[in-house]
Amino acid sequence: MFALETHVALSVLIPLIGAIGIAITSSVPNIRETVTLVTSVLLCLNVFSILPGIMNGAEPTFLLVEILPDIALTLKVEPLGMTFAAVASSLWIINSIYSIGYMRGNNEPRQTGFYVCFAIALSATMGIAFSSNLLTLFVFYEVLTLSTYPLVTHKQNADARKGGRIYLGILIGTSIGLFLPAIIWTWTLAGTVDFVKGGILSGHTSAGVTGVLLFLYMYGIGKAALMPIHRWLPAAMVAPTPVSALLHAVAVVKAGVFSVLKVVIYIFGIDFLTETGAAEWLTWVAAYTLIAASVVALTKDNLKARLAYSTISQLAYVVLGASMATSMAVAGGALQIVMHAFGKITLFFCAGAIYTAVHKTEISDMRGLGRQMPITFIAFLIGSLSIIGLPPLGGSWSKFYLMLGAAESDEIYLMIVLLVSSLLNIAYLLPIVARGFFYPPLGQSNEPVAVGYEKSDFSWQNIKEAPLFCVLPPVLTALACMVLFFLADPIIRLIEPILTP
Amino acid sequence: MLSLSSQYPILVAIVPLMAAPICALLRGKTAPWAFTTITSACTFYISIQLLFSVASSGPISYELGGWAPPWGIEYVVDLLSGFMLVLISGISTGVLLYARESITKEVAPQQLGLFFTAYLLALTGMLGISITGDAFNVFVFLEIMSLSSYALIAMGERTDRRALTAAFQYLIIGTVGATFYLIGVGLIYLMTGTLNIADIAARLPEIEGTRPILAAAGFIVIGIGIKLALFPFHVWLPNSYTYAPNIVTAFFAGTATKVGVYLLIRFIFTVFGENYSFGELGLTDILLPLGVLAFLTMSSVAIYQTNIKRLLAYSSVAQMGYIILGISLASESGLTAAILHIFNHAIVKTGLFLSLGCMFFVVGSTYLKDLEGIGKRMPITTFGFVLGGFGLIGVPLTPGFISKWYLVVAALEKGSIIGYSLVALLMISSLLAVLYIWRVVEVAYFRDPPDSVVKREAPMSLLVPTWIFILGSFYFGIETSFNVGIAKVAAAFLMGGA
Repeated sequence: MFALETHVALSVLIPLIGAIGIAITSSVPNIRETVTLVTSVLLCLNVFSILPGIMNGAEPTFLLVEILPDIALTLKVEPLGMTFAAVASSLWIINSIYSIGYMRGNNEPRQTGFYVCFAIALSATMGIAFSSNLLTLFVFYEVLTLSTYPLVTHKQNADARKGGRIYLGILIGTSIGLFLPAIIWTWTLAGTVDFVKGGILSGHTSAGVTGVLLFLYMYGIGKAALMPIHRWLPAAMVAPTPVSALLHAVAVVKAGVFSVLKVVIYIFGIDFLTETGAAEWLTWVAAYTLIAASVVALTKDNLKARLAYSTISQLAYVVLGASMATSMAVAGGALQIVMHAFGKITLFFCAGAIYTAVHKTEISDMRGLGRQMPITFIAFLIGSLSIIGLPPLGGSWSKFYLMLGAAESDEIYLMIVLLVSSLLNIAYLLPIVARGFFYPPLGQSNEPVAVGYEKSDFSWQNIKEAPLFCVLPPVLTALACMVLFFLADPIIRLIEPILTP
Repeated sequence: MLSLSSQYPILVAIVPLMAAPICALLRGKTAPWAFTTITSACTFYISIQLLFSVASSGPISYELGGWAPPWGIEYVVDLLSGFMLVLISGISTGVLLYARESITKEVAPQQLGLFFTAYLLALTGMLGISITGDAFNVFVFLEIMSLSSYALIAMGERTDRRALTAAFQYLIIGTVGATFYLIGVGLIYLMTGTLNIADIAARLPEIEGTRPILAAAGFIVIGIGIKLALFPFHVWLPNSYTYAPNIVTAFFAGTATKVGVYLLIRFIFTVFGENYSFGELGLTDILLPLGVLAFLTMSSVAIYQTNIKRLLAYSSVAQMGYIILGISLASESGLTAAILHIFNHAIVKTGLFLSLGCMFFVVGSTYLKDLEGIGKRMPITTFGFVLGGFGLIGVPLTPGFISKWYLVVAALEKGSIIGYSLVALLMISSLLAVLYIWRVVEVAYFRDPPDSVVKREAPMSLLVPTWIFILGSFYFGIETSFNVGIAKVAAAFLMGGA
């Protein structure tokens, strides 16, 4: 329809215009929700209209405003950002449907503010995905933090305030305290902060400074939730579940690891990192986070808390991929952004559906619930399997490429780490499903039956699912997990140009 | 020569000066205010004209009464002083737009004429300091500004009697500062036989090793330091800002201390020259630690305040620390950061004090405990305050971010362990700002408003000017060619022309 550049700018603008529309129509909830849905569909169509151009190697650039001499806020689409934007924008549609079901099902207050902040957060996410330099990335990164703070503290009670403090404290603290100085330092060293293929730091720094800079970036990008600055993510779980689903399983956390990938690929450069060996420590921190977060997840009885720690662990896969600095590993990291997004959002949708239907949050209370909510639990199972990395689900590819990357760089220990982690994934995800289907509901016990006379515990009368708007989204995303298994190849082909210099 | 525009340099100071006694004769609620606003708008217009002409055709020199410079008084408009004129008159005009309803609540109607007279005199003083090229004339304007500001602060006594002691404290300390300055100028006059700033600068190099000049520099730096609330001479500021009427606080927060900074830059770079100031005088060793201490300690103190006005006042002292740090780095980028922050902080802090004034107008208090749930009672005002707070923290897209960027670049340019640790300290200070702003945010949004309080916004006449400043701050944080452009050129001029 328009020039490619216009579509790029529209990606940031559409959600903002939507936010205004939502605010205007606040008195009529049905119209307000229609605005949200229409905005999300428009955004998704718009983002996907850029895709063919990117497949053909175009690099549309859009200058927003020059806020400092020589440094402008500029949008530029490259394959990695395209992938991220496509994931976030398509999931926003599903999540909007889900939000309507959840927010109405639970009679949440202040819904207009909720949808407005959500739209602004999506705008910031698009800005991050399409940023062409570090400053632009940083600006949208902070907008994302600040626009999600009201969502995290939506309940406005003491818990929300406490969670919000940790959320904001860590995210703002790390970004202003470490990320910003790193950006300014990069600028004084290289004279530019543009994302350039092959990196911009090569030849401007010593190995020591590179190591320090990498440290500042990795811990400055707090949204990547590398241990020990991961605490904000569990804290953010005080938010309503749609927020946890789209923002804290997809947009915000993926913005973090996406930034990590961007910095590694376009600022340091894969080759430069391999030469200097500055990323070696990062591999081990990522590996530690990966295992440790999984172990912590095992101990959590609150479903959302367990999912949050699972997310921390899964994010570390991406950082691990980036730190190995081989093209296979980086491809694995990029795939993980996509695959984990669909898997984890399914799980959060299910958690929210359970909460809406029966108001249960603790895993130990969910025994036998699968008999009552079979669709939800089957979707949960599929999402879990995708996250564990079993075929025929999308998640298997990212694990596969990471394994290849580990093999390529001769890191046998890392293969063991990945293996152990997959086992841990099974250990903390599958029991939830197993208890749901095979255990009797709380307060009841299975009557002993003679062998050969077993009856199904399942009966149509018992089914009591959440409202349609809460159940449909996880089913859709679970199906998407299966479809993605067959879409890995196009995605790899899309991001291939950035892996081969 | 007879055209009006050639007389702008004198008009910018003389118009408010002449208007002041007329204002004292006016009665009623509206007349003094309207008269003052129009006068201030005139000076704003003249200042903009001056800045344009300086930017296009270089510095303007104006001989008062036709007496040639070394003997007569000279008014000089260069880029920096033009910038200051625009800033001061602009903020003054913006604050005045807000003043009509706000001030009638705080000052007795029969005193309004005198109040605005004092206001105009303070404005005259600030504009005069910025434009004059004569060291003694600076003292005259400094006293005009100071005396009127003591009166303005004392006018807060209807709300809180402590305004009187605050004004008295400021009077004592301010007089010490002004006297120190005068002693310094006296010593310089003794050694050079001239009071013209350009002339002094030309003659100083021959005698700059002498002890009287050293003493003069000491007196002047400390005297100005007191006026600009340089840590640890800042004690007068939190009290004065807290108890002064709201529009006075908003006006002074953006301008009064900034004029002091301007004067300091003038003396360090134009009169003494950077070689002497940072070489023999060793100002870096003095100012740099003081600047750092200012922003670290004062930001920490701000966190524990129970009165938001006082919290912002301490934050002002802390922000002064950034400016002083920028100056003390003795580099072009450092000076750019300092000049930039003069402007950026002025617009942000004025916006904050104005939105706080809106809350005071409705609630009648600026104590945190009285403002619980204010975000639900006055959503538009509170949101403005939060946006202004972002500016203090230095969130991107606000001017605070731009200042911080340049300050960090300057610190990194300095290199060595000092430069790197400065970066770390600057970041810590930003995080302290997050803490003190967030204390307000939590009280505003997470506490329930007291029962029986209905939702009520401040009137439009208060909200509109407040939002002009808030949105203006975002404008200058995004489209930075005006503030960054001028700061860069002015810094280059001061460093090169020394």
